[in-house]
Amino acid sequence: MKAITDDPAAPSAGGRKPVQSLPSATIRFAGDSRDGMQLAGTQFTDTSAIVGNDISTLPDFPAEIRAPAGTLAGVSGFQIQFSSTDIFTPGDDVDALIAMNPAALKTNLKAVKKSGIVILNEDAFTATDLKKAGYENNPLDDSTLTGYRVIRVPINKLTSAAAKDTGLGVKDIDRCKNMFALGLTYWLFGRPLDTTIQHIQDKFAKKPVVADANTLVLKAGYHYGETAELFSEQYDVPKAKLPAGTYRKITGNEATALGMITAGHLAGKEVVYCSYPITPASDILHALSAQKHFGVITFQAEDEIAAVGAAIGVSFGGSLGVTGTSGPGIALKSEAIGLAVMTELPLVIIDVQRGGPSTGLPTKTEQADLLQAIYGRNGECPVAVIAAATPSDCFNGIIEAFTIATQYMTPVIFLRDGYLANGAEPWLIPDIKKLPKIEIKHPTEKNDAKGFMPYKRDSRRVRPWSIPGTPGLEHRIGGIEKQDVTGAVSYDPANHEHMVRTRAAKIANLTPVGPDLLWTGPEKGDVLVLGWGGTYGAIKAATLDLRKQGVQVSACHLRYLNPLPKRLGSLLKEFKHVLIPELNLGQLRTLIRNRYLVDAKGFNKVKGQPFTIHEIIDGVRAILEGRVGPYEVNVSTSSTAYDMEVAAAGE
Amino acid sequence: MSIAPSSQPLNVLKPADYGTDQDVRWCPGCGDYSILAQMKKVCAKLGMDRANTVFISGIGCSSRFPYYMNTYGFHSIHGRAPTLVTGLKLARPDLNVWMVTGDGDALSIGGNHFIHLMRRNADVKVLLFNNRIYGLTKGQYSPTSEHGKKTKSTPMGSPEQPIRPATLALAAGATFVARSMDVDVKHLEYVLERAAKHRGTALVEIYQNCNIFNDGAYEHLTDKLVKNDRIVYLESGKPMVFGKDSAKAIRLNGFVPEVVDRAACKADDLLIHDEKLTDPTLGSILSRMSYPEFPEPMGVLRAVEQPIYEDLVRRQNRDAISARGAGDIQALITGDETWTVG
Repeated sequence: MKAITDDPAAPSAGGRKPVQSLPSATIRFAGDSRDGMQLAGTQFTDTSAIVGNDISTLPDFPAEIRAPAGTLAGVSGFQIQFSSTDIFTPGDDVDALIAMNPAALKTNLKAVKKSGIVILNEDAFTATDLKKAGYENNPLDDSTLTGYRVIRVPINKLTSAAAKDTGLGVKDIDRCKNMFALGLTYWLFGRPLDTTIQHIQDKFAKKPVVADANTLVLKAGYHYGETAELFSEQYDVPKAKLPAGTYRKITGNEATALGMITAGHLAGKEVVYCSYPITPASDILHALSAQKHFGVITFQAEDEIAAVGAAIGVSFGGSLGVTGTSGPGIALKSEAIGLAVMTELPLVIIDVQRGGPSTGLPTKTEQADLLQAIYGRNGECPVAVIAAATPSDCFNGIIEAFTIATQYMTPVIFLRDGYLANGAEPWLIPDIKKLPKIEIKHPTEKNDAKGFMPYKRDSRRVRPWSIPGTPGLEHRIGGIEKQDVTGAVSYDPANHEHMVRTRAAKIANLTPVGPDLLWTGPEKGDVLVLGWGGTYGAIKAATLDLRKQGVQVSACHLRYLNPLPKRLGSLLKEFKHVLIPELNLGQLRTLIRNRYLVDAKGFNKVKGQPFTIHEIIDGVRAILEGRVGPYEVNVSTSSTAYDMEVAAAGE
Repeated sequence: MSIAPSSQPLNVLKPADYGTDQDVRWCPGCGDYSILAQMKKVCAKLGMDRANTVFISGIGCSSRFPYYMNTYGFHSIHGRAPTLVTGLKLARPDLNVWMVTGDGDALSIGGNHFIHLMRRNADVKVLLFNNRIYGLTKGQYSPTSEHGKKTKSTPMGSPEQPIRPATLALAAGATFVARSMDVDVKHLEYVLERAAKHRGTALVEIYQNCNIFNDGAYEHLTDKLVKNDRIVYLESGKPMVFGKDSAKAIRLNGFVPEVVDRAACKADDLLIHDEKLTDPTLGSILSRMSYPEFPEPMGVLRAVEQPIYEDLVRRQNRDAISARGAGDIQALITGDETWTVG
């Protein structure tokens, strides 16, 4: 199969170039944070999606809020993989890098494949900018770029020339240069300009001069590809065969916010989102605060504990209380979560995981809060825990969290990897009329001859959700141990053990309200790759790749972490080896080994970066070839792939 | 509404109807019994609907209170009752919500939440039982204990200066701040009723005697022989007079209060209490007056009407609907840019 890094055919004499068809391509836009790389990347993604490719993206924001222009800290990037086949990650290595300045080249070159395309804005390679990027010599002149297909484009000059008659000022014209780069890239991959032209018109409807300038520059970039003898060929990535239906692009954060509003609708309940700003969860608060016309109430609390306390007050009152945070916030909320467990109230807690411990790496991805989610409270304090596997799965996941919370009168921790927050993929738009309602009933009558018993349980060990304002059912609840059924404070020894075991059994026996695991391949084989959270894409892609090569490997991705899927124990037995790749030191591995007495091996990467497909493939080969230690396989992991920030700066 | 219309219009409840069958576990002689009794009286007097009334507490002897009221109740975690209260009022602005706390619960671990509760002005009544000690954990000093207080954790005396709950509340902008005492039953009933009728956050600081771990903390005020000389009862619009034959009064000298003989002053000189002042400074000055330099003010220091937090929040939702129309979820999910396959 052709790849973008193959030697190009001989250049033809101008006009249409030969078009090479590719199954997929991965490109990355990179520049200074003022260079509009996010917009260029988003537009390329939207266009590719509309043209029918499967897409997967990963934006990359600068670590600092206002880094000085041209510095390494100020580089912003956007990676897209677009494909005619089913893809699951934004791509391991980059086929084409568009670098707007030296700093962007310095930070991103290492991700580019050998013989990959490097399109440079040569106008930005001035002495000052080279110095800011830490280049002693000019990489255009020395051996830095040997082995790559370097295309030098005077983007600043050409942008200026294209927009010179629009009447726009010099600074504003300069800001259009991302459109030049985008137009050129569109030509290279044979993409239409329509979507972006429409976007420009809509965005700058009130500023026609700006709209015109951007449109002219976009077209200039495109024509430059056509007329300048830069490339010997164009590339085409045909439509993918996605199931029929209407799609949109969605990120994990968007999906979470949409899912929350939908859950309120399905339950016929008001949602009150209580949160304290923390990277990388703040965007959920922002997204919901902008949707007041949907009846969502948002509360920015004075701290993390106030946020979860308020959510508990909301649930006590009979509405849907939910709070969102990251790892350090979960630590602060633990006592209050325990109160919700003890009082058996519905509560949804979203944890967008980031590098830890302590302040850790606020803008990097990790999945090291699993044991905290399952165990991190005093006493025997069980909480249901589910985890999203993809950006669009955040929609289903959050609805399931609300369903479990209200059906079982329990807190539910919804784990997301930071990586899923801003990554995008196509999403088959659901018809909300077809989504199951969340059935909720509040008692209005006494449930016992002796009066109203707030802890009288049904066959699932669930107590009634009795809410203030209901005449005749007045009762008091609290964090002290209580007598079962009556709810009166009780220190009785036998009652305490009964209550501890009952609360544990309620969670251990809960019936999943969505798929508890996602399976790839046969249910029997040599290696089972077991994962959870945001590693889904890399594991699935690696598994499919290995299966094509005849390796007897399957993949099992857990969405329910507490309780674990009922079938998991028997499934694990059907494989010679169980490999658990995780972005932590072995938290799921600990749970699996403890519960099933199976000698699962870990593949543990804690670099603040996702796994690449190649790494997972290496991991499977390592376990098959016996390159294992007592707990982990002996595989070294890359430090260069996806050097991405999952959110804008913050702590 | 701070008081929900009674759902039993013809069936008037008596104070005892607001109590539960739980054995009250406070120590014999505890000031909390009196507070409980006056609260029940006020509930009955105002015809509070038991179904619509909620008592939320933190941790401490004070916080056992909800178990003894036959309403809805939540005994939560140390210092965090304000957080539950805020969430509950946001979700259920219709409920009549009372919060019970103590000097440790509200001002130590709960200090942060206390400040923001006072600042936000949700419609909630806060009863702060100030016994200047940690009772439930058996006798450590609290943020309101006097400098030099000897306790189990401060055997050589507390090196700290106390904080005054009323001053802190006023500094945070509380719209209603009042003070009374557990033994001053008629006055306590009056203050509780005033608080119940206030629209917004109402703080009632109650000087409470813990007879086991800090007996006599307010003896200097409650002893009948000296009471009148050491307490000034506040009445808005009236001069602050106290003592035998109301012979003494308070005057402001710049920002500093002074005790004066009424006979020796012109009527104009005397400080007239005004609970409705927008500026909380007067209330703040009054809150800091303490024995022996001054009589301690009892009554309502401040009572102003300001927008209610949950009303402001919900108005934004209504305004958003007016401006943008009620949200269409399917349209939101679908978004602006879609493409169709097949």
